[in-house]
This record gives sequence, C-alpha cells and structure tokens, in this order.
Amino acid sequence: MNSLQSYLLLSSLLFSIGLAGVLIRRNAILVLIGIELMLNAANLNFIAFWRYGPAPAALTGAMFALFSISVAAAEAAVGLAIILAAYRHSRTTDLDQMNSLKG
Amino acid sequence: MTASFIILALLTVAGMVAAMGLRNAVHCVLALTLGFVGIAALYLLLGAQFVGLAQIMVYVGAVAILAVFAIMMTHSPESANSPVFSSQWSWGCILAAAVFAVLARAICSSVAFTQVLPPQPEITVHQIGDSLMHRYVLPLEIMGLLLTAALIGAVVIAMDRKEEIK
Repeated sequence: MNSLQSYLLLSSLLFSIGLAGVLIRRNAILVLIGIELMLNAANLNFIAFWRYGPAPAALTGAMFALFSISVAAAEAAVGLAIILAAYRHSRTTDLDQMNSLKG
Repeated sequence: MTASFIILALLTVAGMVAAMGLRNAVHCVLALTLGFVGIAALYLLLGAQFVGLAQIMVYVGAVAILAVFAIMMTHSPESANSPVFSSQWSWGCILAAAVFAVLARAICSSVAFTQVLPPQPEITVHQIGDSLMHRYVLPLEIMGLLLTAALIGAVVIAMDRKEEIK
C-alpha cells in the first residue's frame, strides 16, 4: 500500500465517522460538527491528490482546499445561527423532539 | 506509510471518534479540536504549510469556539439525563460502516496510483498570494462576497426579535 492510498483510506474513515455522527447524534450542534468533519475529510483528499498528482507546483489543490475551508467556515456560522434560532423557538436542540413544522 | 503518518492518523481518528461519541457536548468540541489539529499536522506533513496554518486558524480558532458558544447558549438542564444517541443509532452505524467499506474497497482495488512520490514542491506564501491576486482573483472576490453575506445572514438569523414585536 503506498502513501496516497493510506491518505485516501484515512480520509474515507474520517468521512464515515462524520456520517455516523450525523446519523446517530441527537444534539443538533454535534450533527453540524459531523458535517464539518465530512468537509475536513474532503479537504484532506484535495491536499493528498494535489501532493501526489502530476503537477504539484500548479497549486490547484491547495487553493481549492483554502476556498473549501472558507466555505466551511461560512456554513458553520450560518448553521449555528439557524440552530440558535430553532432553539429560541422550541427551547431544545434535541433533533428527536424537533418534529413539528409549525412549532 | 511513515511512522509520523501513523501517529497523526491515530491521533486524528481518536479525536474524531471521541468528538462523535462522548456524552458531554463541550468535551466533544474539545476532542474535535484535537482532531482538527491532527488534520492540520497531516497538511504540514504533505507540504501544504499555508493550508495547515489556515486550518488551525479557521477550525481551531473560529469554528470550535463558535460551537462552544452555541452549546453554552443552548444548554438546558433536563437534557443532561436524556440519551445521547438517537433511537435508531444502530442503523446509522451500519450505514456509515457500509459507506466506509464501499470507499475502502474502491480505494484498495484501484490501479490508478503512481508508486513514486513526486518531488516536494516549493510552496511559499508569496506564490500563494501571487496566484490569489492573478489566477484566482475572481474566486477570491466571490469568497469575500459569500463570507460577507454569511456574516450578515448569521447575525440576522440569530438576532432576538422579541423587542421588535413588543
């Protein structure tokens, strides 16, 4: 097994951990953190493919990872704001109890 | 695979598993910080210094702190005794394991990997700034617009409107 494969295996493992967290946690904030984890796994893929790709001097993968990090930051800010608004409305962050559309 | 990769991978996976499995939400975010630092160290190992430092600044510095603030603002005492995982957690675990199995099989059976490591590229901050200002100037502007819109949107969504209604 060479290095690129081990990086890809690690990032798919991180993606699966994030997916499991999204599917099984009840706290909405931790579900959002699971989504962040999946985005991080994708970033690790970008950097690994850039490093082992044919033209690492072109900086494409590193720039893509930088833009992806900023999009993830914007997503985290808006997601946490939505969770705060939902908490103010229903007084809970438990996803099993957020089961009505009208409140 | 080098020893440093194995150590960092174990650290990252341990932090992420703890972040998704611990009971106390603040402990989860602390474990998540460990995982983010591990990923940043993996970026440094791959030769992407600037991306690794940006990862530490954005994720450890901003996203984890935001998550801690959100957890503390939404803390309710009756949630301390409720179960952490949802009622169908076994199906979630099975689905995640199946996704990992499919991805790992695809990665291990692929023949498209080169066996030789290309030479370490010399990436300086000067080069990154140069390409941000020339080749990637349009994505950079769009990113600035997106971040401004997200900032304003987050403030508007999270604002308490009770005073306006009264």
